[in-house]
Amino acid sequence: MTEAPRKRTPLFEAHRQLGARLIDFGGWDMPVQYKAGTIKEHKTGREAVGLFDVSHMGEARLRGPRAAEAVARLTSNDVTGAPVGKAVYTLLCLPHGGIVDDCIFYKRADDDYFVIVNASNTAKDLAWMREQTQGLVEVEDLSDATALIAVQGPKAALMVDELAGGGLIKLPSFSFADATVGGVKCMAARTGYTGEDGFELACAADEAVRLWTALLEAATGLGGLPIGLGARDTLRLESKLPLYGNDIDDTTTPLEAGLGWAVKLDKGDFIGRDALVKQKAHGLGRQLVGFRIDERAIARHGYAIVDRGQPEGEQEIGTVTSGGPGISVPGAIGLGYVPTARAAAGTAITIDCRGKDVPATVVKGKFYTRPKT
Amino acid sequence: MSNFPKDLRYTNDHEWLRDGAHVRVGITQFAVDQLGDVTLVDLPREGDLVTKGQRFGTIESVKSVSDLYAPVSGRVTKINTALKDTPELVNQDPYAGGWMIEIEPSERHELEELLTPDAYDNLVASQG
Repeated sequence: MTEAPRKRTPLFEAHRQLGARLIDFGGWDMPVQYKAGTIKEHKTGREAVGLFDVSHMGEARLRGPRAAEAVARLTSNDVTGAPVGKAVYTLLCLPHGGIVDDCIFYKRADDDYFVIVNASNTAKDLAWMREQTQGLVEVEDLSDATALIAVQGPKAALMVDELAGGGLIKLPSFSFADATVGGVKCMAARTGYTGEDGFELACAADEAVRLWTALLEAATGLGGLPIGLGARDTLRLESKLPLYGNDIDDTTTPLEAGLGWAVKLDKGDFIGRDALVKQKAHGLGRQLVGFRIDERAIARHGYAIVDRGQPEGEQEIGTVTSGGPGISVPGAIGLGYVPTARAAAGTAITIDCRGKDVPATVVKGKFYTRPKT
Repeated sequence: MSNFPKDLRYTNDHEWLRDGAHVRVGITQFAVDQLGDVTLVDLPREGDLVTKGQRFGTIESVKSVSDLYAPVSGRVTKINTALKDTPELVNQDPYAGGWMIEIEPSERHELEELLTPDAYDNLVASQG
């Protein structure tokens, strides 16, 4: 048995030249940080502008006269009812309500949808979409042909707009348009995974270096930096954005994960709807909550949330799904599942941090909210 | 990377030790590079006893948590209290401002078992 070679994005060489530390991320050779380091990169994303190579993510296009029917069946949110030009965050659910993936669908026309999915789920998602929409629509895999660069931070939107020669700054949040950025044809979407304003730019893989170079030059002039997966994770956690494989998976439902806003039970049938209707009627046994650690400690993915008042063997009442130090917020923060009775803001919980019981408090909403401009 | 300070001794777990009446202990540049930004260092109290090869504390970076292992046995005589509020000293200067604890060794022969700079260099080369 030899290890399969790691996959590389079209920007691999650019990362290496920038001094990135590359790690294996789900079979991809990806930059976890560059020379500046995770904390500096995180702060740059909050204060100026950061560039993220997220070309490892999967892309597909669903086109045809029955595309809307197929997409409506796959998605929990009302993707097909949205106007053309909208990007819609949605879950793909299993019949029992568990989550296949979370993703964004882009409505290009009534019969033409683009979708971006999590890198680690690309093969699974494509197989699932094809299996569930057989005969309705063609699911075209564009993952290898497409590069994706996220530009995020308070200076990001204007920077991209200028590189496009104007026209993009007026795009509302969760909208997209075809544009030419730095001379490269892109699909520019006002979306992201950091809690900051900005764009995600999808372009042809063989144009990725040209786009990255133009973006990096502009960003550098604004005090910006390339940002690795380390800071991508701390940025999304502070903004309480769930990570598939950590906070959500096929054993958790969107309702438990607090993603009910992306589930439209009245939009018509979709896969998982019946199970979610039932779960909503019966009430949730557990919920994903945010917490802040009250002491000098850090909780990590997989640590147990405990109640020492319970009998031996029944003390583990939940699990930490994400955790780490706050960088733009004080203390250590995290997400985890707790019984609904413990999910209210202000509830005291206890986390077993490698054998040491550490007190934490459930907090409502995002840990970090960007200042109003 | 092959310039680990010549006046230190090293462990397989990437700690360094500076010999003296009380030995000073920290982690190497190689360890720091692997960890990334350090955000929390949990150290024993002065007077605690530590045992060679056993955990004496933990170090947390943004991404991960790792144990710190005592290079020799003895009593902790001093801890670097500056790390409580400025753990980034470990990143900035792992061999000076980022030191962690001082130990009064109870088994001086254990110092002989530590790696020389050249031996540690070879270890890192085989792992890098």
